[in-house]
Amino acid sequence: MYEGAVQDLIDELGRLPGVGPKSAQRIAFHLLQADPADVERLAHALTEVKLKVRFCEVCFNVAEADRCRVCLDPRRDLHAICVVEEPKDVVAIERTREFRGRYHVLGGAISPIDGIGPDDLRVRELLTRLGDGTVTEVIIATDPNLEGEATASYLSRMLRDFGLRVTRLASGLPVGGDLEYADEVTLGRAFEGRRLIDV
Amino acid sequence: MHLRHLSVVDFRSYTSAELPLEPGVTTLVGLNGQGKTNLVEAIGYLASLSSHRVATDAPLVRFGATQAVIRGAVVRDGRETMVELEIAPGRANRARLNRSPLTRPRDVLGSLRTVLFAPEDLALVKGDPADRRRFLDELLVARQPRWAGVRADYDKVLRQRGALLKSAAPVLRRGGRRAARPAHVEGVDTASERESALHTLDVWDSHLAQVGSQLLYARLRLLRDLGPYLGKAYEEVSAGQSDTRVAYRSSLREETAGRIAAGEVPEVGELHDEVLASLAEVRGAEVERGVCLVGPHRDDVVLSLGDLPAKGYASHGESWSFALGLKLAAFQLLRHDLGDDPVLVLDDVFAELDTGRRERLAAMVADCEQVLVTAAVPADVPDTLMGRRYAVTLGSVTEVA
Ligand SMILES: Nc1ncnc2c1ncn2[C@@H]1O[C@H](COP(=O)(O)OP(=O)(O)OP(=O)(O)O)[C@@H](O)[C@H]1O
Ligand SMILES: [Mg+2]
Ligand SMILES: [Zn+2]
Repeated sequence: MYEGAVQDLIDELGRLPGVGPKSAQRIAFHLLQADPADVERLAHALTEVKLKVRFCEVCFNVAEADRCRVCLDPRRDLHAICVVEEPKDVVAIERTREFRGRYHVLGGAISPIDGIGPDDLRVRELLTRLGDGTVTEVIIATDPNLEGEATASYLSRMLRDFGLRVTRLASGLPVGGDLEYADEVTLGRAFEGRRLIDV
Repeated sequence: MHLRHLSVVDFRSYTSAELPLEPGVTTLVGLNGQGKTNLVEAIGYLASLSSHRVATDAPLVRFGATQAVIRGAVVRDGRETMVELEIAPGRANRARLNRSPLTRPRDVLGSLRTVLFAPEDLALVKGDPADRRRFLDELLVARQPRWAGVRADYDKVLRQRGALLKSAAPVLRRGGRRAARPAHVEGVDTASERESALHTLDVWDSHLAQVGSQLLYARLRLLRDLGPYLGKAYEEVSAGQSDTRVAYRSSLREETAGRIAAGEVPEVGELHDEVLASLAEVRGAEVERGVCLVGPHRDDVVLSLGDLPAKGYASHGESWSFALGLKLAAFQLLRHDLGDDPVLVLDDVFAELDTGRRERLAAMVADCEQVLVTAAVPADVPDTLMGRRYAVTLGSVTEVA
């Protein structure tokens, strides 16, 4: 244990995803020795991100206004929605330039162990978006792991009666993987090869 | 295949040890508690990523050290592979194959195959269903490493579904009543909560059925293939007499469970539908108790000698021979399946057998590519089987001339 401020910093860093106690300590001491201007910039970036960035009111992607860049873009196809777990998945799919519709960010996947059920995700908001009949195709692009698959099956059950084309990204994606780590070619191919879900 | 060399660092009682090996028989002798089993345990771990003695990794790391390393040079068809594992409790194991790191440690499975028989295996006959399930599942993996992935998936589905049953059970049980809320909100809210819990449970049911039916199907086929070898091995060890029987006891609905117990192996699609139907039947009870009641994790294998179940009836020696028979059958199955001998490990086995059984076991394993034997009393091991000999004393190994 270190004294007050140092330990507080280590504790805070240690709560970040992917940062263990050892890395937290290393980062803390790095910051202690760093140029005050650098640390100032980091602190500023942290405050700014909380002040400026929020979630798009339509799709829950990160946005700097009420709506995100995708939702504001008039050229996007309003008939298709791609459902992903996290904003980082939007970035991954945008890189492929394969998809011209809009997104819906669930904010996670169904995982009872972590206490996450459908009501903790933005499922209801998705159903509301589909209500007016504009959207005709939903592409489910949750991660190709157990929780992502469970979320996909749940969604396809909920969407059964909407009369939509519901497809699931799958072919080519490594099972057990994370969408964001799939390379562009694989992800692009996964879009072309998406399959209809039978429920 | 055979091991040409084993080295361990900070494994169990060893700070470090080097053990050169060759095909044929090698015997490790030494007094109680000197570290014989520790060495063969390391070999078993390298092959299966689990210990035959403990369920957690912490005891495998030498007391006071933070991680253990096991390294084995495996020779198959004249080609040598270097298999290396780092065990550090609290984080994932690291594995290397010919010095290149593997992303998933379980990808080393299949590089070394062993069949290990140890006193703990008496639990196959006398122990809990979990011991017998483990035997089947580990043999599945030894036969085809991809089953390690299916096993892991199944465990994950079970954990998720179990968590859901625990958390959703109160909501589902309540069925529309909830005290603390005003009456007008109550109805709608609880109903939708119930509905989403039920839908989610359906989703996990379908995953359990999908993965569970595959695992079940694989076990049934394995058991069917193992049966003939078992009968032969038991008879050879015990010199004639008695008929061994194995029957799979499934947690599925009665009718299907009956067919399976009689030795039928339904197609995987049928098993899938049966798992779903059986889950539907027990849903009330599952919600009541908050546990998964159907699936391969609830199954057992009933071992009998003639008409009597082995558990609770067989004598000590008969139980030993049965357990030994299962392991020798596993060896024969792998040998014929893969066209290659696994490494056979016999830990402290001879002390438990009468003279006739010792001699017959020695004769049975004489043609195996590599056999590793441990014994506290050298005289227990038939002379024909001694082979190369190492003395194990206080965590150090020396060859006996
Ligand atoms: N993590 C550990 N750190 C240090 N020592 C350990 C550790 N685990 C086990 N030991 C020691 O290893 C010894 C047991 O070794 P092992 O089981 O290999 O004995 P053995 O030679 O097979 O004996 P036996 O003939 O009784 O079967 C015990 O003395 C035990 O204290
Ligand atoms: Mg021992
Ligand atoms: Zn948006």
